[in-house]
Amino acid sequence: MSAAPLRLALVGNPNCGKTALFNLLTGSRQKVANYAGVTVERKEGRLRTPGGRDCVLLDLPGAYSLQAASLDEAVTRDVCRGFYPGEPAPDLLVCVVDATNLRLHLRFALEVRELGKPMVVAVNLMDVARRRGIEVDLDAIARELGVPVVASVAVRRDGGRALLAQLDAMADHLHPPTRRLPEGTDMHAATRALLQAAVRMPSRTARIDDALDRWLLHPWVGLLTLAAVMFLVFQAVYAWATPLMDAIEAATAWLGAQAGEALPEGPLRSLVVDGIIAGLGGVIVFLPQILVLFAFILALEESGYLPRAAFLLDRMMFRAGLSGRSFIPLLSSFACAVPGIMATRSIQDPRDRIATILVAPLMTCSARLPVYALLIGAFVPQQAVMGVLNLQGLVLFGLYALAVVSALLVATVMKRWRRDTGEHALLLELPSYRWPHPRDLLIGLWERAAIFLRRVGGIILALTILLWFLLTFPAPPPGFTGNAIDYSFAGRLGHALAVVFAPVGFDWRICIALIPGLAAREVAVSSLATVYALSVADEAAAAQALSPLIANDWSLATALSLLAWYVYAPMCISTLATIKRETNSWRKMGGATLYLFALAYAASLLTYQLAVALGAG
Amino acid sequence: MISACPSRPVPAAGLAAPPPVLAMCATWRGRGYNENNSYLERPVTLIDLPRRTGAIVEDVDDRQPGDAIARRLRELGFVAGERVEVVAAGPFGADPLLVQIGFTRFALRRAEAARVRVRAGEAA
Repeated sequence: MSAAPLRLALVGNPNCGKTALFNLLTGSRQKVANYAGVTVERKEGRLRTPGGRDCVLLDLPGAYSLQAASLDEAVTRDVCRGFYPGEPAPDLLVCVVDATNLRLHLRFALEVRELGKPMVVAVNLMDVARRRGIEVDLDAIARELGVPVVASVAVRRDGGRALLAQLDAMADHLHPPTRRLPEGTDMHAATRALLQAAVRMPSRTARIDDALDRWLLHPWVGLLTLAAVMFLVFQAVYAWATPLMDAIEAATAWLGAQAGEALPEGPLRSLVVDGIIAGLGGVIVFLPQILVLFAFILALEESGYLPRAAFLLDRMMFRAGLSGRSFIPLLSSFACAVPGIMATRSIQDPRDRIATILVAPLMTCSARLPVYALLIGAFVPQQAVMGVLNLQGLVLFGLYALAVVSALLVATVMKRWRRDTGEHALLLELPSYRWPHPRDLLIGLWERAAIFLRRVGGIILALTILLWFLLTFPAPPPGFTGNAIDYSFAGRLGHALAVVFAPVGFDWRICIALIPGLAAREVAVSSLATVYALSVADEAAAAQALSPLIANDWSLATALSLLAWYVYAPMCISTLATIKRETNSWRKMGGATLYLFALAYAASLLTYQLAVALGAG
Repeated sequence: MISACPSRPVPAAGLAAPPPVLAMCATWRGRGYNENNSYLERPVTLIDLPRRTGAIVEDVDDRQPGDAIARRLRELGFVAGERVEVVAAGPFGADPLLVQIGFTRFALRRAEAARVRVRAGEAA
């Protein structure tokens, strides 16, 4: 056995079942990262053939052609050719083709063959092809292509056996394909000849696809179904994840209390309890929402429904400078922008993806609800409007609507302003419907969780500890009568910020509460309670005790201004950390922070001044 | 959108275009395909096809030299002689179109579909 592992690269069209095959071959022995310098996902796994040979398998991004039209495809092209910086050239290309879609996929296989690298073709989904009565003559394809051809079934446990056996057979004498296309041959004509020689297809489409598409893409039945699916997803992210999140919060509090008892009073205890444990809890608390959301997204993507949803909504989203695929990330951002932004990975076009990431924080996430509830409860009278509607409810609805309208406006403005005014195509393949395989779902979920904890979690934790430092130091002198927070850096910052925020009607107390609210928006409520020197047990109690206090203390104009602020508020370090991670750019993160801040300030200023002018000051 | 297409011949002056439905039918029967008919002043493309009716691709037109979208359409199989069919259309403004080519279904925005010239015909 040679010492160095064999380097394999999986290439193929999108939807050829390449990733399922990758999961089958490598199982959990995978590493997910990005290619150097770009936000294209790099998946590598290890496997050992029955003959005992170690292989490193790279799952390249799906590509329709080596004439790259996107960043993903450029990476695939360069790695295949061995040009990608820092990426060793693969020893063997494994070209995966879908047995039910050979017209498209064999053309790509021909293109890959023309690279002149050692290669093997895996005809995947052979089970589905057989069921649909499609006859594929593997020997004929092998003869015509001049490379070994094997069958594979990614959803079956032993579905990769033929491929592994082939690897063992050819590993010691890799050679380039024995045939090449004569100069100037039309690739499509060659594909057609290949199909003629090797494939018999009774019908062009699966009957089940035709039937499902007839209803799921129907102008209104389709939209109704989509609304129902979206409602279920939204409900699940919002409601199913909540008990888990409550449990995590309770566990964090319990752990903090235990650590607090074990450690002596002092800065160390404060660091461990309020900094590290609270910070870790603040990271892990996002996991339930991320896992629930991604379970749905992965299932929808694998089953083939997600591209259909994009098809139904593309026109609407395109008008606003987004694309049909932006819809699900934006919808999930209503629960929390962190999983929403992570979900933009399903948008291939980088421009559409960035636009979606930038407007996602505008969606009213669930963490803003406690603030809304406090302010609306304190300032908006509980009265009926037109008999059936409730004024408080109407205001809440108005805030949500304002957020959506703002997001559409921001997206439209960005569309106008960006330098890249070229036409970006939709050209979206709607693959056959398939049952999602549990193995692929589990591996996908595991990857998302790992990425979040490793990449985003680190930044959130570091910033939480920094915030703890600002809130804790310097400690007030022994004779200090006021609030400890008042004496800290954060308190001083709050007083300094009060000058900036005077025109929008925020006093120093609100400014101080905004600072811990950076860690998580909902913390603002309990921070306000701290500033008002209330000793309360939890958030609900804080809101209850605060409500009458602020109703007396604040003017209506200030309350409205704070509501307007929270529609846009960029004050969530977790979201910003996720934007940084997903765009791989501090500039984009800075841009997002600035524009959200500017919007929030402008909206509050307008609201406050208008309210004062109308006599609500 | 269509006026941006350089290959579009100038329509004869004074001849009003028929209502869209009529134009579609006329297109479909192969009448008014070229300049000797006043109904249509541009080539028949995917956006003119009625739903679920087979046609044959003639060519994909470049909107500008080196049109990347046109090139990609050809790579996806939109080449002369291939059978195509518009299977469905989006709920808002019939955009995008769902087009069957070979064994694959692609969603194309109307601007993309308008690049694919077609002629009437069943099996290739």
